[in-house]
Amino acid sequence: MNKGTKLAMGFATITLLLAGCGKATSSTSSSKSSSAELSGKVTAVGSTALQPLAAKAGANFTSKHSKVNLTVQGGGSGTGLSQVQSGAVSLGDSDIFAEEKKGIDASKLTDHKVAVVGMGPVVNKDAGVKNLKMSQLKQIFTGKITNWKMVGGKDQKIVIINRAQGSGTRATFENAVLKGATAVKSQEQDSNGAVQKIVATTPGAVSYLAFSYYTNKLQAVSVDNVAPTDNNVENNKWKIWSYEHMYTKGTPNATTAAFLKYMTSKDVQNSLVKDMGYISIHDMQVTKDAKGVVTSK
Amino acid sequence: MEQTSSGFKQEDTQPKDWAQQLHHATRATREDWFGRGISYLCIGVIILVVASMLWFITSKGIATFTQNHVNIGQFLTGTNWAPDQGKTGALPMIVGSFAVTFAAALVATPFAVGTAIFMTEIAPKRGRKVLQPVIELLVGIPSVVYGFIGLAVVVPFMRHLVGGSGFGIISATFVLFVMVLPTITTMTVDSLRAVPRFYKEASLALGATRWQTVSRVILRAATPGILTAIIFGMARAFGEALAVQMVIGNAAVMPKNLISPASTLTSQLTTGIGDTIDGTLPNNALWSLALILLLMSLFFNALVRVIAKRGQLSHER
Repeated sequence: MNKGTKLAMGFATITLLLAGCGKATSSTSSSKSSSAELSGKVTAVGSTALQPLAAKAGANFTSKHSKVNLTVQGGGSGTGLSQVQSGAVSLGDSDIFAEEKKGIDASKLTDHKVAVVGMGPVVNKDAGVKNLKMSQLKQIFTGKITNWKMVGGKDQKIVIINRAQGSGTRATFENAVLKGATAVKSQEQDSNGAVQKIVATTPGAVSYLAFSYYTNKLQAVSVDNVAPTDNNVENNKWKIWSYEHMYTKGTPNATTAAFLKYMTSKDVQNSLVKDMGYISIHDMQVTKDAKGVVTSK
Repeated sequence: MEQTSSGFKQEDTQPKDWAQQLHHATRATREDWFGRGISYLCIGVIILVVASMLWFITSKGIATFTQNHVNIGQFLTGTNWAPDQGKTGALPMIVGSFAVTFAAALVATPFAVGTAIFMTEIAPKRGRKVLQPVIELLVGIPSVVYGFIGLAVVVPFMRHLVGGSGFGIISATFVLFVMVLPTITTMTVDSLRAVPRFYKEASLALGATRWQTVSRVILRAATPGILTAIIFGMARAFGEALAVQMVIGNAAVMPKNLISPASTLTSQLTTGIGDTIDGTLPNNALWSLALILLLMSLFFNALVRVIAKRGQLSHER
């Protein structure tokens, strides 16, 4: 697999190089003409949480503008931010604010919030837990509570499944739940899909997922008796949520700007965004800044 | 006389041609140059790729120590791995990698050697017709499939068998066992076939039974080859990332036992690389892990060479 990864990285690099070339030509040709004549190449790289939405929206966008070549790739929020910072891609997808990531100069990047994602704790169905207090959740992930019977569940050992260090989902969860405390060392998985599968099959397992990854094989847990629903995210009763960002470096070219406009349009936000399990940015009654301070609109 | 006459006949035309032929390359020579040029070009490209990869990984890998000023001793012996918080103790992963590698080789070798003996000495025909394709099939299965099987079958099985979450070194060993088995088997078969026929004939002629011949003569003579096979298997186990990552649980803690989650160098690399930023400590630390992997595979290669050289002394004249 080592080889495969290298190969994939190689291909990614080539694509990025090509993307770079494409952009140069597109900015000159399309900057003056109207949106009907959009062309050139847009590459969005980064967050795997945003990837499905970006890919679907990208496909819809290119079907309207046939001359635009739009590529969406995963790679992780870190990859997205560093690639857009180095100018290798037009859009860097990220689950977290650029300000939160060390090594990224956020002042050089422009933030475009394209969706909101609610996340919440999920446990294996056999654990017998449906609601947790925020403080209990914190104690579980810091290793203070180690058995489900301590929080009203079965007499079963708690198996914590974390996301990788630096993962956007993990950062969001830890910001909202641990509030600065250090998580206990435990299993780390590198994707939502792996977490979903492992929590569903491992007795006593607990982890956290974006709402769109919830399935009936998992027990979604309420926190402080607030259910993990889109409505509760929109009014901030549910605290564990984050924006999905698309970062650009400096002023985006016409094609990229048009795509960003399309992503945030009411049309996409009310249909595609909701259909795919994300929350529309227009429905949010609050805003959150990079420091995590929430203010109502 | 004939010589002079013939020489005179051609005198008008030939000398100039000879001179030309001596000064100019013939078609064959040019073809030779062409072929050689292509060969050198290919070799040059390969050397360039290998050299630039070595340089790239090394320069990135030592950045942790030169730019981030991490103590190399602390890196290799520290047990706290949280690069986001500036803690870069890589020992849990190093231990994890070696543990799964040695465990897998230890379990796989008896099976591999047994299979190889069956294929070469006991039932060569059936071995070639039935076992050979089966083993080649095992080689062809992508590691992600092994990982899936591991996650869906091995992990729950281990959970029922020994308790815990099922993730851990023992599950990784089990998956790697199947993955290195074909490598070790095929190479052992080759080395058993390479044992000179007269060794076997002489042994049988002296009245040794087949088991005595196999265990004391053939295996003895093929030992260097078998060792090489084991090391190749270990190199594969050491470098395997995806399948291991899916079943080992991937917790950067010192493995206390075989059934609690642990992690390997490769599993940390695949998990972490997408979430780190170029040039920062978390990213550099991962490159350092890659450098350790690279050095280890160079070590395995060197070991194979040493054993092959020693092996030449023990038999063959």
